Parts: sequence; C-alpha cells; structure tokens
Amino acid sequence: MADAETAWNDLRAFFGAEHVRAGNEEDAVDGFIPHMVVEPANAEEIAHALKIATDAGLRVIPRGGGTKMNWGNPLRHNGRSGELILSTRRLNRVIEHAWGDMTATVEAGCTFQRLQQTLAEHGQRLALDPLWSEQATIGGILATNDSGPLRIRFGSLRDLIIGITLALPDGTLAKSGGKVVKNVAGYDLPKLATGSLGTLGIITRAIFRLHPIPRETRTLSFASSAGLVSGSESLQNLVLAIQDCNMVPTGVQIRAAGSSTENDLHEVDVRFEGTNAGCDAQIEQTLGMASGARRIEVPADVWNARSTLWSGVEQSAICKFSLLPTDAGGFLTLLKQISQSQGLRWRLVAQAVGVGHLRLEGSDNAALISALEDLRKRLEARGGSLVILRCPLETKSKMDVWGSAGDALPLMNSVKARFDPTGTLNPGRFIGGI
Amino acid sequence: MEARILDQFRAIVGRGLITETSQLHTYECDGLTNFRVLPQAVLLPTSTAEVQAIVQICHREKIPFVARGSGTGLSGGALPVDKGIVISLARMNRILEVDLPNARVVAEPGVINADVTLRVAPHGYFYAPDPSSQSVCSIGGNVAENSGGAHCLKYGFTTTHVLALEVVLPDGSIVDLGSRAIDRPGYDLPGIFVGSEGTLGIATKVVLRIVKKPAVIQTLLAAFNTTEEAGGAVSGIIGAGMLPAAIEMMDNLAIQAAEASVHAGYPNCGGLLLVELDGPAAEVAHLIEEVSAICTQCGAWEIRVAQSEAERAVVWKGRKAAFAAMGRISPNYIVQDGVIPRTALPRVLSEMERMSAAAGLRVANVFHAGDGNLHPLVLYDGRIAGQEERAIELSIDILRLCVQCGGSITGEHGVGEEKKMMMGEMFAEPDLATMQLVRCAFDPEQLSNPGKVFPRTRLCAERTGPYQPHPLEVAGVAQFF
Repeated sequence: MADAETAWNDLRAFFGAEHVRAGNEEDAVDGFIPHMVVEPANAEEIAHALKIATDAGLRVIPRGGGTKMNWGNPLRHNGRSGELILSTRRLNRVIEHAWGDMTATVEAGCTFQRLQQTLAEHGQRLALDPLWSEQATIGGILATNDSGPLRIRFGSLRDLIIGITLALPDGTLAKSGGKVVKNVAGYDLPKLATGSLGTLGIITRAIFRLHPIPRETRTLSFASSAGLVSGSESLQNLVLAIQDCNMVPTGVQIRAAGSSTENDLHEVDVRFEGTNAGCDAQIEQTLGMASGARRIEVPADVWNARSTLWSGVEQSAICKFSLLPTDAGGFLTLLKQISQSQGLRWRLVAQAVGVGHLRLEGSDNAALISALEDLRKRLEARGGSLVILRCPLETKSKMDVWGSAGDALPLMNSVKARFDPTGTLNPGRFIGGI
Repeated sequence: MEARILDQFRAIVGRGLITETSQLHTYECDGLTNFRVLPQAVLLPTSTAEVQAIVQICHREKIPFVARGSGTGLSGGALPVDKGIVISLARMNRILEVDLPNARVVAEPGVINADVTLRVAPHGYFYAPDPSSQSVCSIGGNVAENSGGAHCLKYGFTTTHVLALEVVLPDGSIVDLGSRAIDRPGYDLPGIFVGSEGTLGIATKVVLRIVKKPAVIQTLLAAFNTTEEAGGAVSGIIGAGMLPAAIEMMDNLAIQAAEASVHAGYPNCGGLLLVELDGPAAEVAHLIEEVSAICTQCGAWEIRVAQSEAERAVVWKGRKAAFAAMGRISPNYIVQDGVIPRTALPRVLSEMERMSAAAGLRVANVFHAGDGNLHPLVLYDGRIAGQEERAIELSIDILRLCVQCGGSITGEHGVGEEKKMMMGEMFAEPDLATMQLVRCAFDPEQLSNPGKVFPRTRLCAERTGPYQPHPLEVAGVAQFF
C-alpha cells in the first residue's frame, strides 16, 4: 500500500537529506505538485530509488532537464499514491568517446549540448538536432523520441542508438545492445525504450553511433511566388522533387502559417553538407529545379525554427504530427479550411520526411479541441498521427493526447505489464492510458 | 503427429502440407547444416488468413512452430524444433504495393530480397539491406535476423528500412505494428520485432522503405602487404571524416579462394581493401581521390578504380562469393560473425593468427571493415578425426575474443541455435531476463521458435528482479552456462 512516509524516510536514510526534498511549484507536472524529488548519483542509485518507490507504492516520474515534463496525459490525482520525481541530473557524464570507432557512451542526465561539445573535440557529432539542446538531456530526448531536420539523412534516435541501460521498477539494471554499431545479439531494447516516455524503465545510459562533423554546410530558402495557391503547389512539388532525385540533402523543411485574417506564409528550406564541390553542385541542381519558387534570404537559426512554435502568449495547442510525404499538400489545405472555419491561427514547421510540429491558436477552447480532433481523424485515416505536446490543462483533460494505438494496444499493454507490473512509472500518461 | 491435427492443417493448406519423411528432410536445417531436426510437418500457406488459421491450431494444441523463409540463415534460426512444425512462407512471395512517391514497398515475407530492388530499379530506387545471399534470401528472413550486408555502414540494417509489419502473434491474433508514416506514437514494436529471430510471431506483410539510387557509385580496390596496413588505411579514412558506403577487407587466404572460384582478378596481396563511395558526382570525385591518397600513404602498392558497372560487379563478385568459395580450398569450414570495435582490428587479427596456429587450423578472413563485423572462416577437414571439434572450439574462442574487445557475438547472422550458449558471455543474467520479458509479452506459451536465442528459457511466470544467485554459485561450486 502507498506509504509515502516510509519511502521518504528510506530515501533520506539512503541518499542523504541534501538529495531528497519535498516537491514545490517548480516541480509541478500539469499543475500537479509531486510529493518529493530525489537526485541519485549514479545508475545503481537510480535503480535502488526506484525499488524503494515501487515497494512503497509510489508513482515515479522520471526527469532529466525538465523540458518536456508536460508531454503525455496529465497525471491523474488518485488520492492513493504519493509521487516521486526521480531526477537524472547527477548522471551527467560523457563516459567514453571512442572516436576511432565512432561511438560514444553517455549518462542519461547529460545535456545534449554538453555531449555534442565533447564529441566535437574529435570532429564528430551525434547526428541529431533535438529541441532545447542546452537543457534537454539524452534520457529525455530518447524517452520522447524528439528529432529534427537531420533525420532525413541520418534517421532518428532509433537509428542512432546502439546500446542502453535501463533501471526497472523492481530495481533491476539491464543492459541491451552494445558498443558496436552492428549487433543483432538479443532483442533490440534500445528501440523499445525510445519514445516510451519512461513507462518501461528509466534510461540511465545510452550508447550512440556517431558521424563526422560536416566540412561545409549550405542552406537555401524559398518562398511561394505570387499567386498563393499555385505558388504553394509549386513549393510542394519542389519538396517532392528534391526527395525523388538523387541529391543528398540533410534537411528539407517546410514552414507555413495562416489565419482567417492574414495572408498565408509558405516557405521551404533545403540544406546540404559535405565537400565544397559536392555542396556547390547540389545547390545548383536545386536552384535549377526551383524555377517556380522565389529564392529568399535564409532566416536566422532556421534549422531550429520549430522551437519558435512554443513562444507566444495566446492560448494555444502545440502538437507533433506525422504523415506520408505526399499528403503534406493536402494537410496544409485541410489546415487552412479548419482554421478558417474555427477562427484559429496556425503555424507549422515540418520535415519533408513526414513529421512536423503545429501550433494552433485561439481563445475558444472548444474550437481548438474540435480542430485538433478533425485533423487527427484525417491524419490517422491515412496512416499518420497527431500527438498533443502542450495545451491548456482544460483541453488536455478533454482530449486524448496520443491518438489511436490501433490493434497493437493490447500487445503494448502486455509489454508494459511485464516491465512495470505495479504501474510505477508515469502511470496513465502514455498512449491508450498506459 | 495426430491424424486429426494433420487433417486440420490439410483443410487449411491443401497440398501445401508436407508429411512424407523424405520430403521433410529438405526442411531439417537451414544454412547451418551441422544441426538437423526433422519437423513433424511442413506447411506452406499462401495468405495471412492461412497463416493465422495454422497458428490458431498450434496455439490450441500447444504445437511449437518455426517460420522459415528461404532457409539460408547461418545460425539455425529456421532449425525445426523437436515435435514442432515448420511454417514456410516461400509461397507468400508477392510484392503487393509499390508507392514510389513515398518510397515505400509492401511485400509478403517470401519475397526475395533482390527482387525488391529489381522491381524499383527502373525508377532509380533500390532496397538497401544487401546480405551476400540477397539473390536467394527472403524479406521475412531478413526481418527475423535484422540482416545487414556490406552497405549497412552507410545505409543501416533491415530495421532501418522496415516501417510497419502485419504480424500473426503466437496466440493466433493479427496485429499491425508501426505505420506507413514515420514516428507512430506508442512503443516501437516494429523495432523490437525486427531481429527477434522468429520468436515473437510471424510477419505476413512488411512495409519497406526504399532509397533513391545515388547519382554516382565508385568502387576502389587497394592492395596492401598486410591486413595491418589495410586496417591503418581504414582508420585513416574514418579519421578524415568520410563515411563510405562500404569498406570490405579480405586476407590472402580469402583472396585465393575467391580467385579459384570466381576469378575476380584480385591482386595477390596480404590484405585487400574494397572501398565504395556513393553520392553526388562532384562529392564522390573529390572523395575517391582522398581515399586513394590515404591508401597509398598507408602502403597500398596497387589501387584500381572500377570504371564501369560491369567492373564494379566483378569486384563485388569475389567478395560476395567468398564464403562459398571456401569450398575450393577446404573440404569444410565454419564461418563466424563476430563484431569488434574497428580500432581493435590489429589486436584481434594477430591474436587470431596465434590461435589458429595453436589449433593447427587455417582461418580465412573477410571483414566488413567499416563497421567491425568479422567473418573468420575456420577451415578444416571433417574427415580427419578431431578437426571438427577443434574448429568449433576455435570459432567460439574467436567470438569470446570479440566480446572481450567490447564487441558482439553476432553482427548479422543472428544467435539462433548456434550461439545461444554464448549469450551469457555478452550479457549478464538481469540483461537476458529483461529481454525475455518481451518474449513473455508476445509469446507467453513459448510456441514461436522456442529455444532459440536465449540459453536458459525463462518461464513466463517467473519473478523478475535482480538476479539471485544460487548458494552453490555463490560458493563457486556451480556455474550457469
């Protein structure tokens, strides 16, 4: 039975009072202040803290940099258990950079930026561009499966991670994968943990395959020329054409915005990396293909454009969507229709591979919900998805954050039940209420 | 097997039921011929519905089953299980859908790997995972083993190119894992299914990602006096920040065999490097010069760049035929599939030389130098008493060495039956127990390819938790293998 007091005493006895404290407003998750916060020093301590929490019937919320704590279903107050935030803040080391083998081993609480800076010392990088890299930690980035424009060339986290250590609720520390890129021994737990929102175990360590830092990087940006509808179409065609030819862009990004009152915005960015000669040739080829579009100056920090969706004071919902590349045009059209009929403003930043982020703004909560549900229905009908990342709590409590898991939900429940039989980790916050 | 069960099977697959012993022998092993088990029956379904019906019977009657593609696997993954049946997917060999604008192909599991590329090649696309057996191996088998191939350094493995799967679970239910769009929310079930070696169910449809063919492919051969020098060139290439599409290495023994077999015209040298670069023309032209320069600096005494598609094919012919070519220089061989960090290559090669001399057996080496995947071919003569045992022991010692260097016991062939006892060298008990939680979630009754991959099957009702060693283990009297 839930015994927060015993857990508190056990934790303080083991970790010392300076690493166990009561939760406060800054620790709130969806407005909910957890009982306590623990900061273990290493993986073994994380596992031990988890075990204490599980035995005491507490619910555990893993936390790295705290940049995405409100992603997922809200933590529902059930009056029975206490909550414990288990922080990986002190697990912040880059354990090893085997640059000759192009791999790196890093603790889950290390920030992305710190990892990249370390890897840059030998001219290498983790070929990923997550949100809020100065603050976001490896563990949190993995748990939320965050990725950016680079994935068109390098894949997402599932293609970059080669090993993982997980702390399970019963105190087990389990390794899977290894330090070599090519490895098919055993099941691919690193993939299972990626995007699992900490519901199967707490990631304490990850091993990644690396890539060289490119010698040159060049970006082109285009806007639709006069005549919005046809201009938009030619931009869409450009995006598809770039993917169909045999160039190797490391970013193909679409930025668009609209409202019922203002003209729409529709811009495309393309990035190439490599040798000077290689970049030059591809730039030229792209310009040759882009005759239906208007070349514009590349906006500052354009490859981090999606983070701007989180700024703004109006009531808004921010979501991540996925779709087939050829459905992008249709999605934009639908978005315009829905936002006009509901009186909403919208802004999106999407990657041509078929994933993007959308911000919907409007003071009418019901309109927001209706629009999101319409969009999700259409996306899911064509094999895509829509996941709400941030919205007013009122909206979150009336909507399913994740969307449909399809007929695989019972199987996902079985997996969860095996890894976390007591429902300790982030209970209720994942897809299907897992 | 009881007649009434066979009748039920016959009602599903009709003439696709094999029970005649002489015909069953065809299915008693896969590419690993040392292990043979006669199945009770072999079934060849032609549709998902038939696969489901078969598995439902197996579930009801507690009959273990082993799915089989083309049977080319090298670790005994398709080895039948005692008292079980084999479900061959060979007849489910249609490409169902080709969606070029979205670069996706939907294939049944029995489709031959190379046929996917064949189908999309006219449009300038290819299916990237290219195991050397690609002209015969199946997509379903590739999924089970997470097959790689020479080009996975740059292009990744099967799991990189599988977006979704229709799976018949061991309880007979059908589920759709993943989606055609990327990043389906929820657990990455395709990710855990690919590479699970048939232990989690049977894939009946696979959504594959295809890739645009690069503008230009350039293949270079470099001859060195020793494999150490060749290894130095590899380090140089990586150190210069390049990522070739493939880097392969062969030692002299492997070259001799390949020459005797396919006459690729390789230079007779101590260490041969095969480097392939692909991408935009300007990029490749620049990089191939750099690679040549690095090879020369590291001691290459001959460098050839393939001048045409035909020449490129010949260059690869030797490498891809390497295993089969061993038959020219030895009556028998055991091939292993260890992986090591690239930087450990010199140490491992010299250690292997010492070990092979001590065992009195020759070892030929073919090596995916780019990603550290070693294929030592331990050559022996099975007719000479004791040689087979020594060969097996040597191949296991080589794997042990790989693990000691921070590597893996298998880079692409899978654990299967052959290497399950070595899983304990790579993973501790808690690691194996945790992996088996997945097994229990998908297949609590242990019907799907049971006994493979894990050395000690965990009963699904067993308690999880940190491993509690037996008092005898603690006392050092007994040991778990």
